[in-house]
Amino acid sequence: MTDELVPDQADAPPAAPPPKDPTEDAAASWLRRVSSSGSTVTVLAFVLALVIGGILIAVVNPAVTAAAHYFFAAPLDTFEAAWTAVSEAYSALFRGAVFDYQADTFAKAIRPLTETMTVATPLIIAALGVAVAFRAGLFNIGGQGQVIMGASLSAYIGFTWHLPAGIACVVALLGGLFAGAVWGGIAGVLKARTGAHEVIVTIMLNYVAISFLAYFLTTEAFRVPGSAEPKSRTVRPEAQLPLLFGSQYRVTWGFVIAILAAVFVWWLMSRSRIGFQYRAVGFNPNASRTAGFSVQRITVYVMLTSGALAGLAGAVQLLGTSKYLTDGIAGTIGFDAITVALLGRSKPLGIFFAGILYGGLSAGGRFMEAVTGTPISIVLVLQALVVLFIAAPSLVRTIFRLPAPDAELKGATA
Amino acid sequence: MSTVIEDRPVADAPVMSARPALRVPITLGVLGVIALLAFGLGSDSGMDSTFNLSFRTDVVQLPDLVVPTKGTCLVLSLLCLGIAAYSYFLATRLRKTPMWLTALYGVAWVFAFLVWAIEGKSTSLVDLLQGSLLLAVPIAFGAFGGVFCERSGVVNIAIEGQLLAGAFAAAVVASVTDSVYLGLLAAPVAGWLLGLLLALFTVKYAVNQIIVGVVLNVLAVGLTSFLFAAVLKPNAETLNTPPLLQPIAIPVLSKIPVLGPVLFRQTIIVYAMYVMVVVLTLALFRTRWGLRVRAVGEHPEAADTVGIQVNRTRWRNVMWGSATAGFGGAFFTVGYIGAFGPEMSGGKGYIALAAMILGRWTPIGSLGAALLFGFATKLVSALSVLGTPVPSQFLQMLPYLLTIFAVAGFVGRVRGPAAAGVPYLKG
Amino acid sequence: MLLELRGITKRFGPLVANDHIDLVIEPGQIHALLGENGAGKSTLMNVLFGLYEPDEGEIAVDGSVVGFRGPSDALAAGIGMVHQHFMLVPVFTVAESVMLGHELTKGSFLDLDSARAQVRTLSERFGFDVDPDARIEDLPVGVQQRVEIIKAMARDARVLILDEPTAVLTPQETDELIEIMRQLAAAGTSIVFITHKLREVRAVADVITVIRRGRVVGSAAPTAPETELAAMMVGRAVMLELDKAPAEPGAVALSVRDLLVLDGAGTRVVDGVSFDLARGEILAIAGVQGNGQSELAEAIVGLSTPLRGSILLEGTELVGLSVRDVLDHGVGFVPEDRSHDGLVGDFSVAENLVLDLIFDPRFRSPLGVDLAAVQANATQRIEEYDIRTQGPGQPAGRLSGGNQQKVVVARELSRPLRLFIASQPTRGVDVGSIEFLHRRIVSERDTGTPVIIVSTELDEVSALADRIAVMYRGKIIGVVPGDTPRDVLGLMMAGVPLDDARRQAAENPTTETKLEEGDL
Repeated sequence: MTDELVPDQADAPPAAPPPKDPTEDAAASWLRRVSSSGSTVTVLAFVLALVIGGILIAVVNPAVTAAAHYFFAAPLDTFEAAWTAVSEAYSALFRGAVFDYQADTFAKAIRPLTETMTVATPLIIAALGVAVAFRAGLFNIGGQGQVIMGASLSAYIGFTWHLPAGIACVVALLGGLFAGAVWGGIAGVLKARTGAHEVIVTIMLNYVAISFLAYFLTTEAFRVPGSAEPKSRTVRPEAQLPLLFGSQYRVTWGFVIAILAAVFVWWLMSRSRIGFQYRAVGFNPNASRTAGFSVQRITVYVMLTSGALAGLAGAVQLLGTSKYLTDGIAGTIGFDAITVALLGRSKPLGIFFAGILYGGLSAGGRFMEAVTGTPISIVLVLQALVVLFIAAPSLVRTIFRLPAPDAELKGATA
Repeated sequence: MSTVIEDRPVADAPVMSARPALRVPITLGVLGVIALLAFGLGSDSGMDSTFNLSFRTDVVQLPDLVVPTKGTCLVLSLLCLGIAAYSYFLATRLRKTPMWLTALYGVAWVFAFLVWAIEGKSTSLVDLLQGSLLLAVPIAFGAFGGVFCERSGVVNIAIEGQLLAGAFAAAVVASVTDSVYLGLLAAPVAGWLLGLLLALFTVKYAVNQIIVGVVLNVLAVGLTSFLFAAVLKPNAETLNTPPLLQPIAIPVLSKIPVLGPVLFRQTIIVYAMYVMVVVLTLALFRTRWGLRVRAVGEHPEAADTVGIQVNRTRWRNVMWGSATAGFGGAFFTVGYIGAFGPEMSGGKGYIALAAMILGRWTPIGSLGAALLFGFATKLVSALSVLGTPVPSQFLQMLPYLLTIFAVAGFVGRVRGPAAAGVPYLKG
Repeated sequence: MLLELRGITKRFGPLVANDHIDLVIEPGQIHALLGENGAGKSTLMNVLFGLYEPDEGEIAVDGSVVGFRGPSDALAAGIGMVHQHFMLVPVFTVAESVMLGHELTKGSFLDLDSARAQVRTLSERFGFDVDPDARIEDLPVGVQQRVEIIKAMARDARVLILDEPTAVLTPQETDELIEIMRQLAAAGTSIVFITHKLREVRAVADVITVIRRGRVVGSAAPTAPETELAAMMVGRAVMLELDKAPAEPGAVALSVRDLLVLDGAGTRVVDGVSFDLARGEILAIAGVQGNGQSELAEAIVGLSTPLRGSILLEGTELVGLSVRDVLDHGVGFVPEDRSHDGLVGDFSVAENLVLDLIFDPRFRSPLGVDLAAVQANATQRIEEYDIRTQGPGQPAGRLSGGNQQKVVVARELSRPLRLFIASQPTRGVDVGSIEFLHRRIVSERDTGTPVIIVSTELDEVSALADRIAVMYRGKIIGVVPGDTPRDVLGLMMAGVPLDDARRQAAENPTTETKLEEGDL
């Protein structure tokens, strides 16, 4: 837009404060503020996604379909069946994610929560990597490949190098970090040197990494001697991440690493000089160049950082949870990390909670599939819907007929 | 600033390039030396490579093409080096290597590789070509879908999801109705529905187009996998056994040796691809619609000031593009495999995006790039059947490495539609 | 065509951009709309052109009220507009650009032949030399403007709005444009001429309407003195001349020798440029946009690498240094497009005020950036430069043009400098800020800093320069004293060597000069 399409604020008549409705009392104005705030939209987006997910669950449920055949004879049966299907699925989701109220002991009842933490750990770390790239204006869709490379190298170090306890684990973690950084760095270098778009390059590198992993698992260096199974040797005990809450739960020190990583990313993006450059380049590469930042170099650094975090996520997953390499080692961590980063609005604290939420959905989803037979892929649908709704707050407001916040009014004209 | 699937130069490298651009000649040269050393000098003299030129079912059987391995490889790799040298000569005079020369180089190099790889064995050239064409179909439709969207200024990362949705819908509808053609009709509708979401979020709500695309892909994977597991798997008989499209031989044309069976004994989807590339090219560059679409994608404000409805144009194009990609998805189920499987699109949508870029946002270029990717994929499977010294996992990387090479190497900084990726908002 | 605007009001949130504006445009009349940047002229014209819907008021054509829901309605009503930033698709040909939106077709296909013929006919009618098959991006801006005029006339525009049309032209080209406007008016086309340049208004307008802060503050005859128009426009008496002491040049600080810069296509954008600059002196680089001035400034700062030549600053060779190193050598740089190159719009004012200073020890802390120091710096600069913000935390992109420019200049002048370069320091800035920025630049000179000003505005060049180097097609045509007459500068900007320019200017004064001297 030209300067003139929108009048200069300073030259326009003094901006009157928004007219205040005298009848609006304090409570109403509070309600108005809350209902238009970001966190309300987040909650409502989640509700909306659960509603749509519920409809899907109900529609495909055999009992519901059966009842629907005589819908006009007894319509209530259909709704009852739908309610049963959805409530069973969602309560199983809850029991698998947070608190299993049907368990005999308290220790068992809170196990789902610890499972959620376990699943969330690599998600949080990888999502932090995605977020660093996002905030520097880059789309790292290659988390999956970086996770795979990180897990592969940390596994290799973990089962071949004989190092003392403590050191072994740290070295294996650093190995994963390094491998992920290299994998991300390739995309950074190509972007900086040739302008190749990082979205395409990182996606392609995912497939290349998958092929590499498949190759690794055929080699003598990785495979269990004498076995034809595509499965690597198990990481030596010294290199494994120690458990955090004892042998009853699977949570490892990886969870602490995730918290430390979040703190690190907070410092990096909000306090450090290099992070200042990351953000500047992300918002306006031209002005950054004029300010003397090397956009090329920053682009490479950003992808190195982003990849390193994803690689660390892979290492943590391997050394903490799975202990050996298979072709499914990365699960969908790399892709889920993108939605976690979006849901957490690319802020470390937001990502921490978004990661826990997604960890819960995954852990709960498995439980739900086992108990009610609802396919776990419904979780993907929920994830995608939540992020879509959060990305378009005005859509959510339209659906729930909420007032638009003042900030957005201004944004519309600026 | 735009977040665009085009090559956004981040360069803080000097804007000027006084030095000749040597990237292309050097790349050609290095590859040429590899060809000479590995294929030419690396093969045994006295061995032959055999290519079958007809299908066994063909009425007219052509004799096999038999070439001496070493001699052919030497000649071809020297041809490659000759082209590289000429390209260097052009570069020193600040001239670009013409596209046809690069293409010739590519053909010669690949043929040298092929001759070397099947040393002492035989492979069917017609099968190779036909397989390449078939594997190119979903990529080409995806790329056409991308051209529709990006020419109007909307980046469509959701091609992958649209292919998948199209594949799913085609399988289910064709199974239920037992009509493969109704399945073909259902596929674009499924793509269209995803396009509706893409347009809603990117055009109406101005959400970042890459984010929406990525998330829609997750949604498509989630939805189709969920429905597959919950509905299709238990009822595979009724819901996931679609009839397959049968090839239709075009009279006369299908009788042409080699090319006839490859190009003109195909299913209707392949013929639709031929029609599409012609129609889309003409529409984009010769009609009022195309002129307006391109204006919207390049400079939406300018289009607006001459009375063109920018966002309406974008809505329409996203719908058309998504439907096109969805139609291409039908190929997976009713055109090729015969049943739906979760995530069966396997990244073809992303490769389609790369094909579109490599094809410089034109339908013809996209088709060419799609054929290239199809060929790479088919080659991998042909070679793994024959058995080569290279582990098959590395061969499988080939199409993906080719994509990276394409967007980073030869394409360099081609210019896509200037406004792609940027939402159009007015006061 | 009689065009009337009645009580037009347009609000953007709490801002009132147009406040009950009434305007009558008679057929065949050249109606000047005078107002400074941000007064609401362009908003008004965008309303008239159907790009914005007015909140109140109505538009009447030949007495009957019309409702424009989009530009197509305005175009259909016979209103054409040449925007300040041309609305041309760079990759289209002239013929395609002209036909866009009202394409002729033969069967299903575009009829490009008719479009070409139309371009040729209209080119001949106005004496333009425009090739219908040329690509827009290959054309100089002056020609692009003509394409815009052809575009409007091809649709039989009976009212033609020209938004700041002279911003990109030399005085002589401006003269040609004025001639075209007269020709169109004589043929019955009404012209709305939007500008903030007083001379042009007086040279061409039949009627002048002055707009200030979204309101019509009055109308004036073209014979009204400049000072009166300026006072109406700004709302107070303004000094048209900058009060500045003569320069006291010291030793030579910067010497540029035989500088050659190529662009991506291999064109010589800076072609063998040499000049010296002394301490305590302002050298203005004048020229029409796109003659290598911006590239010269960028080469000095290190944003592009010259192919040949040398840039010596206080004995240090700058060629080959990175931007970071050049800045560290004490070069302050204000880029010509502040929102594109000078500011990170999403960063706060405070962050923008240290954008290229974060490695400065003042803003370091053991853990990274010293946020308290950044904040304190912001408070101080906001005060010192009278930057109107809601606070240091406000995103810089939300500031007005003038205040954004103050942020950039404040940042660049907030450290000791060996050289200060400002490209288009006051483009799109309100008069109050212009005065302020000019005073700051002169006072920086007075502390002994050598200053380079790159400007396409002759007024600004004349106001600031101690010496003027005129660039044309990458070369310096000549270096002349700061008080060289505008006509001479204008001719030099068109490539005429100094001596010829002096002679020609004496023989054929431009309309504006004649007007000034009372010959008209």
